[in-house]
Amino acid sequence: MAASGDEQSVSAYIQHHLTNASVGEGFWTFHIDTLAWSVVLGLVFLISFRSAAKKMTTGVPGKWQACVELVVEFVDNTVKGTYQGKSPVIAPLALTIFVWVLLMNLMDLIPVDLIPYIAQNIGIMMGVDPHDVYIKSVPTTDTSMTFALSLGVFALMIFYSIKIKGVGGFMKELYAHPFNTPWLYWFNFILEVVALIAKPLSLALRLFGNLYAGELIFILIAGTIGLWQLPIHFLWAAFHLLVIPLQAFIFMMLTIVYLSMASEKH
Amino acid sequence: MLPNATLIGELIAFLVFVVFCMKYVWPPIIGAIEERQKKIADGLAASEEGEKALELAQADADVQLKEAKAQAAEIIDQAKKRGTQIVDEETQRGHSEREKIIAQGYSEVEAERNRTKEELRKQVAALAITGAEKILEREIDAAAQSDIVAKLVAEL
Repeated sequence: MAASGDEQSVSAYIQHHLTNASVGEGFWTFHIDTLAWSVVLGLVFLISFRSAAKKMTTGVPGKWQACVELVVEFVDNTVKGTYQGKSPVIAPLALTIFVWVLLMNLMDLIPVDLIPYIAQNIGIMMGVDPHDVYIKSVPTTDTSMTFALSLGVFALMIFYSIKIKGVGGFMKELYAHPFNTPWLYWFNFILEVVALIAKPLSLALRLFGNLYAGELIFILIAGTIGLWQLPIHFLWAAFHLLVIPLQAFIFMMLTIVYLSMASEKH
Repeated sequence: MLPNATLIGELIAFLVFVVFCMKYVWPPIIGAIEERQKKIADGLAASEEGEKALELAQADADVQLKEAKAQAAEIIDQAKKRGTQIVDEETQRGHSEREKIIAQGYSEVEAERNRTKEELRKQVAALAITGAEKILEREIDAAAQSDIVAKLVAEL
């Protein structure tokens, strides 16, 4: 639990909370906690929504169906308002991103010590030193998670660009765009490639940065100020409550915007 | 801090989730929503149509009511006219009947008077003859004096 005053133990406490449970070495490290929590939350989303989808009725909806419909219609309206083309992928993709990211972000509101505490006790029961038990329960504070999402979106962007504009059209967009004069093509190319790569990079880092910062502040509050942490935790959680759905929405919105830009013909 | 092999696992999970959502979650939900929207739109259109039909029917009923009223008024008018006509006719007939009866009565009374007069005259003649017989106290040849008697009768 919260370390007492001593600077050394505070930094150790924070360090401990920011370390993933991992197996493997170097690049081939797998963050077990990130994988497990994200998959569990993804399944929570899919199973709960699937249960509503199975019992879908066009008559008077039940409470859970009405809730699901609210989310689906919200995503559908957002997609229809932004994405001009027709695609069977974009809307379900946006729904998956929104709900999954939202669920993962919501993990941030679970008290920072609760899940590690439970995990450490399970570790003690299994005869493992509790200091070796690491668990980070918010998958979106892991760059692997956010980059996986943004690279998936990036792959779709490239796919749609090539599918709709063809390889030539896509290449032409890269070198002939801001200045359409042959002697400036090299300059255009540098600009456009940077802009293209900035998209998934900013997408991943924005989500990661917001959630990581929020998590870090929860840990700092928990690790440094003793009993006074309770009202401050509440204040920060109330503030963070705005960030959580907002970041999920921004990730979804930008995904739709990028994909609609990718499938736009000039 | 840098992404590691977890990324690959998450990419696979992401792909699987999106495909599952695309196949089994999104279509039934959005299908039901759109169907319900269509149902509601149809219902609203039908109600509007019904309202319009009601309005039309009301207007039609108004027209028919007015027509019926006019017709009824006409019939009543006609009946009244016919009634007065019948009354007039009957009165006329009654009057003429009365005249006829009165006239008949008059003629009958006249005939009776004439007959009575005739009788009286005859009786007076007979009385006169009898009186004359008694006054003369002699036999008179009724046959020979009949021309005188006839003269007397005519003078009465």
